[in-house]
Amino acid sequence: MSDDASSQSPPEVKDRRPLIVFTWLWVGTPLAYGLYELFRKATQLFTD
Amino acid sequence: MSPPIAPVGWSRWLVPPAALAIHLSIGQAYAWSVFKPPLEDALGLSGTQSALPFQLGIVMLGLSAAFGGTLVERRGPRWAMTVALVCFSSGFLLSALGAATEQFWLIVFGYGFVGGIGLGIGYISPVSTLIKWFPDRPGMATGIAIMGFGGGALIASPWSAQMLESFGSDSSGIALAFLVHGLSYAVFMLLGVLLVRVPRPTGAPTAMEQAADGRPATPAGPQVSARQALRTPQFWLLWVVLCMNVTAGIGILEKAAPMITDFFADTSTPVSATAAAGFVALLSAANMAGRIGWSSTSDLIGRKNIYRVYLGAGVLMYALIALVGSSSKPLFVLCALVILSFYGGGFATIPAYLKDLFGTYQVGAIHGRLLTAWSTAGVLGPLIVNWIADRQEEAGKHGAELYGTSLFIMMGLLVVGFAANELVRPVHPSHHLDAVTPEKGAPDVRRRQQSEPA
Repeated sequence: MSDDASSQSPPEVKDRRPLIVFTWLWVGTPLAYGLYELFRKATQLFTD
Repeated sequence: MSPPIAPVGWSRWLVPPAALAIHLSIGQAYAWSVFKPPLEDALGLSGTQSALPFQLGIVMLGLSAAFGGTLVERRGPRWAMTVALVCFSSGFLLSALGAATEQFWLIVFGYGFVGGIGLGIGYISPVSTLIKWFPDRPGMATGIAIMGFGGGALIASPWSAQMLESFGSDSSGIALAFLVHGLSYAVFMLLGVLLVRVPRPTGAPTAMEQAADGRPATPAGPQVSARQALRTPQFWLLWVVLCMNVTAGIGILEKAAPMITDFFADTSTPVSATAAAGFVALLSAANMAGRIGWSSTSDLIGRKNIYRVYLGAGVLMYALIALVGSSSKPLFVLCALVILSFYGGGFATIPAYLKDLFGTYQVGAIHGRLLTAWSTAGVLGPLIVNWIADRQEEAGKHGAELYGTSLFIMMGLLVVGFAANELVRPVHPSHHLDAVTPEKGAPDVRRRQQSEPA
């Protein structure tokens, strides 16, 4: 995760890792919920 | 609103979540069916009527992506995501008003027309930006976003169903559910609006080059405008490729549940309705996995080769289902899953294929125009499978025989798509921006870049 765009002499580079974690959690949490519900339903193919 | 340029130290791994915030939201469109039965009961609608908001939404998706693409390229991703947020959320709010006052036309207008514009602009909003941030892995980058569109339905389907269960399925319950959807999606999509940044015009890995003499930065490699792309055979060949691949996938997706039930109806292991629902869910998972998996693979083996796999191996999978599918349930399920993964992969890989051929200059706008192939396939696929199944039923056929002809037609369509892919060659340099001469109507490339109309 170090392949950021950079200028020739960056004056001050902020640590973006907390923001990266937050944003991926923001989109990952509902997606995980959707996947959980999906696989709960999909197992019916093998159990019914 | 000028495109937001990334500050120094901005990570490109912040761009996929911005794209996902939009795509996971607008992907809700494929979960519209959750609202159909309650709307039919509450407002006394037929099944055809209750499908209208979704159908208009998909039509508007295609139209707004096709006609709004150049505007999206010019105004930038933040503008596009803001339009998507406002339209998509307003669509739900108007629908809430429509349900509360029992005015169905307002739901059609709100969700279908206004929300549909949000779908189209939102769908293409991150594509160009992602490709510019990930010039080394464009397939993976766009695969993440377009996977989100598939994931949106997975989230919305159980979420909306639970909401209707809590609020009630009468008109006021539906109105409240629409209201909560509109507000929640506005907050969720806001992350994308705030987060998205275009790469700085200099420095790796932006693939942008600053001219030494101080001229404006121009993207590296051959670049073709959206208007010029329509004049190339490559655009129309890819249109055929996408249309054939999507038609073949929809052919399975549309009739998945009745198909697996019919295929094994006369066997010792018939498939129940619950198991068929599980099969449909598995297909959705394969569709999503294909979007990220195959699209990322295309970065390694090349775009043309991956479409050879989608279309060539797709024919093989259809042939297996048609010839020996009814003799083995695991084989039937496996082949259908592979076909659906190719279907998703085809959607997700096309922006990177366009970037390879036409460059990054207006790739989002070109992608928007190519999505008309999706709209066409959305009509063709279900039409072929349903019409043929009905005719076969009238002819007294049953079980797997109902689908034999459809499956062979799908194989034929995939062969057409395979042939179209084989004909794709690099775009002739005469179509490139820097090759457009004054005699052809473009006196200055840079001025043309700034003033090209939508």
